[in-house]
Amino acid sequence: MTDEQESLILDSIDRFIARDVKPVAHDLEAADAYPIEIVEKMKEIGLFGATVAPEYGGLGLGAVTYARIVERVSAAWMSVAGIFNAHLIMAAVVERFGTEEQKQRYLPRFASGELRGAVALTEPDCGTDLQAITTRAVRDGNDYVINGAKMWITNSIYGHIIAVLVKTDPGTDPPHKGMSLLLVEKGDGISVSKLDKLGYRGIDTGSMVFEDCRVPADNLIGGEEGRGLQQILAGMELGRINVAARGVGIAQACLDESLAYAQVRKTFGKPICEHQAIQIKLADMATGVEAARLLVEKAARVYDSGQRADMEAGMAKLFASEVALKNSLEAMRIHGAYGYSTEYNLERYYRDAPLLAIGEGTNELQRIIIARELIKRNPV
Amino acid sequence: MKILVSVKRVIDANVKVRVKADRTGVETANVKMSMNPFDEIAVEEAIRLAEDGKAAEIVVVSAGPEKCSETIRTALAMGADRGIHVTCEDALEPLAVAKILKAIVDRETPDIVIAGKQAIDDDCNQTGQMLAGLLGWPQGTFVSKLEIGDGEVQVTREVDGGLETLALELPCVVTTDLRLNEPRYASLPNIMRAKKKPIDIVTPEELGVDIAPRLTTLKIEEPPKREAGVKLETAAELIDKLANEAGVI
Ligand SMILES: Cc1cc2nc3c(=O)[nH]c(=O)nc-3n(C[C@H](O)[C@H](O)[C@H](O)COP(=O)(O)OP(=O)(O)OC[C@H]3O[C@@H](n4cnc5c(N)ncnc54)[C@H](O)[C@@H]3O)c2cc1C
Ligand SMILES: Cc1cc2nc3c(=O)[nH]c(=O)nc-3n(C[C@H](O)[C@H](O)[C@H](O)COP(=O)(O)OP(=O)(O)OC[C@H]3O[C@@H](n4cnc5c(N)ncnc54)[C@H](O)[C@@H]3O)c2cc1C
Repeated sequence: MTDEQESLILDSIDRFIARDVKPVAHDLEAADAYPIEIVEKMKEIGLFGATVAPEYGGLGLGAVTYARIVERVSAAWMSVAGIFNAHLIMAAVVERFGTEEQKQRYLPRFASGELRGAVALTEPDCGTDLQAITTRAVRDGNDYVINGAKMWITNSIYGHIIAVLVKTDPGTDPPHKGMSLLLVEKGDGISVSKLDKLGYRGIDTGSMVFEDCRVPADNLIGGEEGRGLQQILAGMELGRINVAARGVGIAQACLDESLAYAQVRKTFGKPICEHQAIQIKLADMATGVEAARLLVEKAARVYDSGQRADMEAGMAKLFASEVALKNSLEAMRIHGAYGYSTEYNLERYYRDAPLLAIGEGTNELQRIIIARELIKRNPV
Repeated sequence: MKILVSVKRVIDANVKVRVKADRTGVETANVKMSMNPFDEIAVEEAIRLAEDGKAAEIVVVSAGPEKCSETIRTALAMGADRGIHVTCEDALEPLAVAKILKAIVDRETPDIVIAGKQAIDDDCNQTGQMLAGLLGWPQGTFVSKLEIGDGEVQVTREVDGGLETLALELPCVVTTDLRLNEPRYASLPNIMRAKKKPIDIVTPEELGVDIAPRLTTLKIEEPPKREAGVKLETAAELIDKLANEAGVI
């Protein structure tokens, strides 16, 4: 990947956003309508294969470039970045841990966007503590039979294939040794219903019920039981980089709108950007964005070097999502009543940002991961 | 049929242009640069002709500093076949560009040259016309519609009174207007593939072209700032100001 290529890629992304995302984002989000045409465009420009290796039909972009794409897209409409996030996590897991047969069978169709995916981990009774899941897959001849329920699964309605975390053996100690990931193509035995939510609208997040859902045993990722949790946690490093980059995008968008508004809105005879109270907000917002972006870049570089990046990705995700939350509130304050109006974008950023503190592992969990890793890397 | 398209690297249309402190030009350091929008339309038109089976090869040319290769690469990612980069660090006047293009035309013998009607940085609107003059070829400028016929092209031009349609014999020079088409942006796979498409590099000297400037720039200034208006209470005041201050009635 040359600088020139990256620059051309980001330029195309900017045009895609300006032409195909920005004009429709507000209305689609208000109606909570799935952006079908945007998805078609994303297929055309190749986004669904962004991080998939070229030998399987993808672009093979590194996480650094990928994060820059996610940042831009999220500054326009965060939900769009969600459509390829879970999809690319699933693809990354297949590419890293799948059998060669699974890679040949699935990756080219993932990369083209013909098959778009989701990742189903969370259940009605557990999210952070994934070892407590109860969805069960039982081997029956050449199939697994899945029973259980999943909750808050993004892309579960419009997606075609779902990487489902299941227990293949509920009796192991520790429990993760009995956990596996199955690639489930939508079909009999699965029912999905849409969930309504505060933000991140337009994209489909649903609850899923599996009732005697049959999946060929060939769809067990890697072909070996008991590896599912490690596989998905590794895949989520890329997911955390995505979520962190979304935070940077939202935080930047809040800053951009505030900077512009503060120079034209006047109170007491001068633009509000000349009041110190507003200057402090702008300075803090801008500093937060810069710091968050550098953390994301660092995490992406570590990821691209092939080393484990869970601590770096965790730090980036924790910090960038908090900056997004903070900036969205500050931007609203700077805009006064207009910030609170549904005619403009700010209230959307304000509703979208909190998801970043919850999804891909809550920020509380990130701190636990960071501290654990710190201690592991610095024994006394 | 072979099409030659000229593309210029200019300051991006969304950038707020600032004049350099010494007034010799505008600030280009750390400024986003892009393909001239009219040239993008030219590239798009060529690609559409190729997609319709009417053109066999699209060659893009850009003259300017090293970074112009990025502009050429953009055209290749959109769908052009190969590029020619005429490297030159100095600013080029339209006549110099027209001479360079003529030299390239002599080498490449295209059937049509498509250029933007003007570049959004200097707004000269001269290169296409000068090139047609140097070549002795027919020209269709400010084209909003282009159709290939038998040994000729029909172009529609937007003129003051309406639409003018001309038939030009091939080979010819065409310059594009905004309404000709809406250019595509390159897909990411095509950007990756464009890396393998060839770009030839030549210098004006190798082409035997004299690019010495004929014009001297005296100074570059910011346009005057718009002053805030005044609110008038009565129509009588307005008449008074129009008569005595503006002197228009
Ligand atoms: C819009 C949206 C989309 C989503 N998409 C997906 C998806 O595609 N796939 C998927 O599998 N899931 C998805 N999720 C679920 C998301 O991953 C979970 O919500 C998240 O992991 C948290 O789990 P939980 O909601 O069950 O909270 P819980 O795990 O119940 O946590 C509740 C609170 O307790 C805290 N907590 C938990 N354990 C500890 C601890 N040990 N120490 C300190 N604090 C702790 C948490 O930080 C949190 O504050 C989505 C959620 C949302 C809102
Ligand atoms: C839901 C809703 C209901 C409302 N209902 C009513 C109502 O019933 N009646 C009514 O009259 N109004 C109403 N308002 C308007 C509300 O009172 C104003 O929004 C509020 O006073 C702020 O004014 P503004 O929005 O014009 O922001 P601005 O005055 O433009 O302020 C913009 C930003 O600049 C800051 N700022 C301004 N001056 C300074 C300074 N000197 N130093 C530092 N910072 C400064 C502000 O704190 C703010 O952050 C309502 C607003 C909302 C959102």
